[in-house]
Formats: sequence, C-alpha cells, structure tokens
Amino acid sequence: MQDAKNLKEYRQTIQESLGNDFLRRALDTFAVTYRASRARAFAEFDVQQLVDEVAAAKDAVLPRLLELYSEFKKNAEDAGVKVHFAKDAAEANRLVAEIAERSGSKKIIKSKSMTAEETLLNHALEDRGLEVVETDLGEWIIQLRHEGPSHMVMPAIHLSRYQVKDLFSEVTGARQEPDIEKLVKVARRELRSKFVEADMGVTGANFAIADTGTIGLVTNEGNARLVTTLPRVHVALLGIDKLVPTVADAMKILRVLPRNATGQNLTSYVTWITGANECRSAADKKKEIHFIVLDNGRLEMAKDPLFSQVFRCVRCGACANVCPVYRLVGGHKMGHIYIGAIGLILTYFFHGPEKARNIVQNCINCEACKDICAGGIDLPRLIKQVHVRIQDKEGHPLPSLLLARVMKSRKLFHTLLRTAKWAQRPVAGDDGFMRHLPMMFFKEHDFKALPTVADKPFRDRFAELAQPREGIRFRVGLFSGCVQDFVYPEQMEAAFTLFADHGCAMSFPMEQSCCGLPLQMMGEMATSRSVAEQNLRAFEREGVDYIVTLCASCASHLKHNYPALLGDDPLLQDKVKAFTAKVIDFSSFARDVLGLDASAFTGQGKAATFHSPCHLCRGLGVHEAPRRLLEAAGYDFREADESEVCCGFGGTFSAKFPELSAELLRKKLDNVEKTGAELLLTDCPGCVMQLRGGLKKRGSTIVVQHTAEALAARKKKGG
Amino acid sequence: MNDTPRQQLVSRFVDKAKAVSAFVTEISSIDEAIAYTLDLCGSRGACRIKISGCEEALSPPAGELCLTKQEKIVAAPDLSPEIFQRLAAACSASGFACLRDGMRQHLGGIDIGFTIADLGIAETGTLVLNCPGEDLRLATMISEYHVAVLPKGSIVADGFAAEAQLRKYLHRTPDYTAFITGASRTADIERVLAMGVHGPLELHILLLED
Repeated sequence: MQDAKNLKEYRQTIQESLGNDFLRRALDTFAVTYRASRARAFAEFDVQQLVDEVAAAKDAVLPRLLELYSEFKKNAEDAGVKVHFAKDAAEANRLVAEIAERSGSKKIIKSKSMTAEETLLNHALEDRGLEVVETDLGEWIIQLRHEGPSHMVMPAIHLSRYQVKDLFSEVTGARQEPDIEKLVKVARRELRSKFVEADMGVTGANFAIADTGTIGLVTNEGNARLVTTLPRVHVALLGIDKLVPTVADAMKILRVLPRNATGQNLTSYVTWITGANECRSAADKKKEIHFIVLDNGRLEMAKDPLFSQVFRCVRCGACANVCPVYRLVGGHKMGHIYIGAIGLILTYFFHGPEKARNIVQNCINCEACKDICAGGIDLPRLIKQVHVRIQDKEGHPLPSLLLARVMKSRKLFHTLLRTAKWAQRPVAGDDGFMRHLPMMFFKEHDFKALPTVADKPFRDRFAELAQPREGIRFRVGLFSGCVQDFVYPEQMEAAFTLFADHGCAMSFPMEQSCCGLPLQMMGEMATSRSVAEQNLRAFEREGVDYIVTLCASCASHLKHNYPALLGDDPLLQDKVKAFTAKVIDFSSFARDVLGLDASAFTGQGKAATFHSPCHLCRGLGVHEAPRRLLEAAGYDFREADESEVCCGFGGTFSAKFPELSAELLRKKLDNVEKTGAELLLTDCPGCVMQLRGGLKKRGSTIVVQHTAEALAARKKKGG
Repeated sequence: MNDTPRQQLVSRFVDKAKAVSAFVTEISSIDEAIAYTLDLCGSRGACRIKISGCEEALSPPAGELCLTKQEKIVAAPDLSPEIFQRLAAACSASGFACLRDGMRQHLGGIDIGFTIADLGIAETGTLVLNCPGEDLRLATMISEYHVAVLPKGSIVADGFAAEAQLRKYLHRTPDYTAFITGASRTADIERVLAMGVHGPLELHILLLED
C-alpha cells in the first residue's frame, strides 16, 4: 500500500525497494519467464484480434450498464440470490457485516478478491469482532503479515520461502522448513480446518452474466469452490465493471485473461454459480447467497469519454508484468491497492487524488503496458491524464510552470538553448561531455555524463548543406526535435547526406519547435496543444511527401498524440490527418520508402547491436527496419537480450526519478556489453544521450550512435 | 496417417491436458475405469490413512482434523446406481470405503473422487462438470486424487463450442458448473509451482471409447 505524503517521501520508499535484493531478483526472473510463457500460450492465436474482441465486448456494455445491472439483478434474484448495490467501499463493507450479523456468522473465509482489497473489507469485518481468513495461499500469507498485495494475481511475489517459513512457524506453533512443497502442504491442512468451521464465504467475481444472473470465478487453487460450497452463506463482492451481457462475452474474456495473466491456457478452475445452490449445512438445504455490486467511482468512470475504457480491464495484472519500473520497485510502490499501470489509474478513481498524486508520476511512458493490455487500454495516456487532472486541480509545480512558460514561445525556448551554450562553457570538457554538473541539475544525475549544447544548431547549418541537383524522388520535410537540433546536429547531417544521395529534396521549416512530448509528460496540456499547433502550421505550406524525424519519441508523439490534442478543433481535423499521415521515423523511411539495401553500402563488419527505443518498437510498431538496415550496411549485427526494454531515459522521468533511471540504464548496458559489440545504435537522441552518458561513466569503449550516423559512415560515395 | 477430425480433437485434448500435468489414459469400458481406480487406490498407493500434509508439523486444530480420517476412501456421488454398485463392490473387496454422499462428514479428506465429466474442451484440456449437488463438488475438491471418466464423444473444440451446453446449465437454476483444467495448483511462494494446495494433487482423465 502506497501512502507517501509527498514526492520526496515517495522517492525514499523507492530507495528501500531498490535495496531489496530478493525482490529485485524475483521480479527480474519473472519479467523474463513471463514473456516466454505468454508467447507460448498465445502461439495459436492472433493476439490483437482476441484483444479487440475483449475491447468490443466491454465497450458494448457501457451504454447499457444500468440496464444490464437490472437484468442481472432480476435473473439472480429469480434464482434465489439477493442482489445489493453499494455506492462506495464503506457501504459495501457495512452490507457484508450486516449479512454476517443477520445470519449469525462469526467465522468468515474468503477467496481472492481485489474488490474486497479495494474496500479494505477484512479490516471492517475484524473491527466488528468477526474472524476473517483468506484462503488463497498468497492472500493468506499477506493477511498474516498485515500487508496489501504486491501484484494483482501473485499477491505475495515480494516474499521469499524463508519469510513464509518463519510466518508459518508462528501460525502453527511448530518449526517449519524452508521447503516450498512442504509449506504449501501445511497451508492445505491449516486452511482445510478453517473451511470446516466457517459460517460464511466471501468471494469476488470475474464475471457477472446478466442473461442468467450467473457469476464466474477464475482460480488456480480451487479455494473458491470450497469457499462457495462449504459455508451456509456466500457473499460475492464485485465491481459493476464485471457485468457482461451473456456467457459468450465471458468466454471471450476467459480466452485472454489467464493467457495474459500467467501464460496459462486456462486456470485450473473456472466456477459458474447461478442461484441458491444446495448447501446441506443450511436449515433449508439451500445456501444463502448475496451479490454486492460495487460502484465506488466506477459509474463516474463509465461516463467519462476518455476513462471509460478502463472498464475493459480484466484484472490480469499483465501491465505490471512488463512494466520496467514495477520490475525495479515492486507492487507496494506502484499503486495504493491496485498496482501496475492500471493501478496508477484506479487508485485515482477508487482511492482519491491524494493517494494517486505521487505514484502517478512514476510512469516512464515506455508503452510496454499498452502493448500487453488484454483490453487494449491506452494506459500511458490515461496515467498522464490523471496527472494532468490532479495538477490542474491542485496547482502546477514551479518547474512544470516554468517549462510551459518557456516552451509556449519557440523564440524564447531557442534563445535559452543558444545561451545555455555560453553558460556551460566553464564546466564543459573538450569531448562533448560536461565535466561537472551545473547547479541546475540534481546530484543524483551523476550516474551519467550529460552532453553539452552544440556550437551551431542544425537549423543554422541546414542552408549550407548540399541538396541533390537531379533525380529527385521525394520531397522530404525534416523534423529535428530539440535534442537533435541543438545537441546532436551531426545526427541530422548524417541523415541529410544519406537522403540526398538517394534523391530526397529536403526542407527544414524554421518555425518548428519541440514536439511537445516533454510538456505532456509534465502534465502541461495547454502548452502541449499550442506547441502541436505551431508545428502543424510550420509544415503546412511545405508541400512535402514525407515528414521524417530521427527521434522515435517525436515521431510517435506527432503521429499518435496530435490527433488527440488537436482533433477536437473541426478546422484542424483534416490538416492533422494530412500531417500525421506524412510522419515517418528514420529507419522505416530509409528501408521501406527509399528501399536502401546492401547495394547502397560498402560493408565493413564491425560488431554492432541495437537498442529499440520504446516509442519505436511499441509506439510505432517498428522492429525490423533498423536491424535489417544495419545488416545491409555490412555490420556484424548482434541482438542484445531485452533489446526492447526501456533504457531509463523517459525524458523528464530521468530528472524526476534519477535512481530508477540509473538502474534501468545499468541493466540495459549490461545486456549491451554481453553482446561484445563495439557499436551501439539506436533511433532516438534521448536514448543516445542516456546510453552514451552511461557508457562514458563506466569507462566503456563502446561507441553510441544514431543509426543514421552508422549508415552514413558506410554509404557508397556519391550514392 | 490421416486422422479424422474427431481423432484430431481427441489428440488435441490429450496434448493440452497432459501439458497441465493431467494423467490421461484411454479405456474402452466403465469396468476398466473401476479397475483403474482400484489399482490407483491400492497397488499404486494413492489411498492412505494419513494423507498429504498430515505428516507436517501442524497447529492443534489442523492436526486433529487429520485424525478424523480413519479409512481409505473412494467417493463417487453422481454415478448411476448400477455403476456405483459395481464400484462399491470392488472397493469393498479391497477393503476401501466407497461413498455416495455425506461428504461433509469427511472433510478431513478422502482419497479418490470418482466422477464422469459432462464435456471436454480440447483447446485447453478442460473438463466441464455440472455439479449442482454439493457432494459431487466436494468429492472433486477434498479428494487427494480426482479420477474423471470422459466419453470421447463429449469432447468439443473450444469454449465457444461448449457454450450452448453451458448456457443450458446456467439457465437451469440453481446451478453450479465447474471447468477443471489439471489439478489444484499454486505458484504463490516464489513462483514455484506446487500441486494440491487445496484440491486434488493429481487429476486422472480416463478417455472412454464411445
């Protein structure tokens, strides 16, 4: 459970996690094995199609939500179940307590329910003197330790067998061994005796089927079957988002949920309960059953044009499984109760802005979650939007305001960048790195050497570059982004000479500014929008066939976020469409449009590896182009482990959470060094900055370049 | 070799069930199923007075519950009277108790739950068991081993093909239907897979020739 009061306190708790070797090892191993088992489970399917079907089924629920609730209630009650509606956590807990009291239930057993975690049901029942025992092994362990879950489907993933051994020794009053199989057996017998005594069973539900009034429960241990069979009373607590029209919809979700959660084709048990079943310990041999349907912020979410897509969440937990930040800090630092990417969002809606304020900033925007989501939710965008809402309501912090103020005017921004060149003189070395960090940077930034601003930005060099005179194939607009314009103009020049050799007449509109992504990351939406419009206008009259950028983050932002930023203005809609259709990243343009192959290069065979920028592989879906280009140029290409995992730059993220950025970088560079490559290439100047700085700090001889530079170096002279 | 679609369905079911550690055997009659169960219980040692976990150091209440089990027990709540008779006779000849109901009196544990599954789903190696009666549910949960007979003709391709039948069950209220895929499992401690955390430690599927 995340309760830090401010960002400083939050960062302290993150430091604690970084020091937890067991947690780090456990999550590292899991991150790697998860990807493999998920791929196996989906091997026979078109994953995108399955995800689309889940999204469509869930989206269709939204306009009919209350109607489906009435249908579910009627069908369940006709079958002998009492259905209750709870507007918030307190009401849900009170309803459960009242049912316990009326039915004379003193001992309660539970199967795993995130919804009950959300309402803190156990505490509420224990406060009323009731005994509550979790029967899911992981949940039981964390209950005994008085902790919240650290993962939605593996709640005790942060604990070792030794910790469980100590805990079980305490619980049984007998000495246990650190042997997992034995510990599981001990739990089997200890919990069996709890089942025998229980008066009431509490479960969640994965599905509430309106057509039949049925609930569906998905488990591996089978404890839900015992919880819903042995006690006289059964209470199921479920969010209203679990409603689906028919069993067919439930089946669509069921096909994706276990595969995406744990890489299983199906969990060991799926239980479908309709109506008041036989229960031989009840007076009339019929079980007393209550379904409590919880709102707690969900109805507000359902009405929201942007956030309603959260209803597609099936609680598989995959967004945590692939999150590079989760992998470093664990679940207790990545959510209040719900964790991972979806947790950052749900915390805001279910537990309020004060619980979400800090954690919501801990997103590096790598899009790994969006890529894996079972319901196709645009998680990074929603996380950012939560940040925006909190900031708009509570006030923007000073650095964020300053950035917005500066960026609103391109001239002011560029003037500051030009003067930074003079300001850095006393601290800049002669090798392009700053020797000592100026005061404006935090000391934690020490993990990487920062680059200096170039003497002459690309915009001042452009006019002097030689355009092709004949054989023009394409008219190309260059979008440099700030980093390549002012820090790495040589990357732009490399691309220019390569493109010029292959028949590209190029233009560089001087009114172009920052793409606006850093503003979006800081939650400065108004300025982000105004910068987007400036860029749109800058390219409007250029009449180009393509707008090429060497920065994957810029490309992905221009292509995917501009329609959302500007699309609400009917006058701009067509222009945005035309603009985004022309935007293309460097490698895709070089390979797919220019058709560069081995004939364009003179090979030389240096060992090279590639780091996939997040916004290239996930943001734009580009995987092959840069790798095949490097092979075509004659490099000895070597794939690195986890080459598509974030390098830790994340724009403003690395300034906000330098300790996390440093850890991600360390892993990345370890994997790069393992390949034995002399050359590390990538398609994003931000990644270049991060990687180059990290290697410099290590004293490594590996050279980091943009792919454009590596290709230009091997191009045949004169095309 | 040209397998018929039906044979392909059966072999797909077998592959998927084995992938989740189920034991799959082909049989040609119910008597073979009875013989298999008796053999499992007896010579293969599945039936024990002191059952799984009871050898560990437990708390007093958990230890006492272990002591309530005093025989080797096979439970088969949902068989036709005629088949049950045959199973019961075979059990009694081997000295095993054979129960048809009253599972609640045996929550300490039973050795083998014997059932006939309603459907098989090939895509995931899943058994569908319609179990509105609590004895049938309990026999498949408090048992150490679950032996399920599945007629080959009841195997369908995937969840969607099972849907019509499932919908029939769910409309017939009250109802309780279970999908069972392999044995009870957990990976909650260090993500190490362990079987039988609550339910059966092993699932044995006997594929019955039509």
